[in-house]
Amino acid sequence: MEQNNKMTLTFLSLSKNESFARSVVSCFALQLNPTLAQISDIKTAVSEAVTNCIVHGYPAVKGEITIECTIVNDSIHINVIDKGIGIENLPKALEPFYTSKEEEERSGMGFTIMQSFMDSVEVKSEKGAGTSVYMIKNIKSE
Amino acid sequence: MDIKYIKNNSGLTVYVYGELDECSASEARTILDKLLLDNLTSKKVVFDLSGLSFMDSTGVGLLIGRYKKLKQFSIPSYITGASVATEKVIELAGLYSIMPKH
Repeated sequence: MEQNNKMTLTFLSLSKNESFARSVVSCFALQLNPTLAQISDIKTAVSEAVTNCIVHGYPAVKGEITIECTIVNDSIHINVIDKGIGIENLPKALEPFYTSKEEEERSGMGFTIMQSFMDSVEVKSEKGAGTSVYMIKNIKSE
Repeated sequence: MDIKYIKNNSGLTVYVYGELDECSASEARTILDKLLLDNLTSKKVVFDLSGLSFMDSTGVGLLIGRYKKLKQFSIPSYITGASVATEKVIELAGLYSIMPKH
């Protein structure tokens, strides 16, 4: 896979880093001349992935979240990685409206939004080891 | 994230400004719940999102939670002013089916 550009961002799983993380990835994507709608899609998808790391990956103790971004031709590849507790039941987690934290007013829409706003989403998880969410958005400049 | 409101005879309009994500949600929830409890005689509640620069699914969860609380008091709730981006999230969640566009 020919990489035209790459960046790696690592930060602590604090809620206050959600805004920062989506801004950084959006800025990195600007080199592809995306439309406002495409930037918005990327921002929201990253927000969902990062929020999942914070809320579900590291529910008790803080940990590190890493976002690897790669530009490949007209696409941005975004891999959001945590070394947290992992997903108990992945097929269930991917179901729209399903949430493992019913009592916390969670919509359970995180993965559905990522899948809808990005062109592909691949989730890998291992209980006790962590989770990675690999998303791709194709940006066709006008 | 900031919240303002206007109360009149037709109901309560709540204006949400800034970004609504997991970070700002708990503060928003506290402010909104107090505001709603103080205004239970409202005929309706309209959430005006035109001041929102960003909203993800946490915002959806927050709005659904407020809808459920208002429903307990038979107060209908609505959404207005969503940007193109916010509306995409709202429509994916089917939120307009319980909190119609005002």
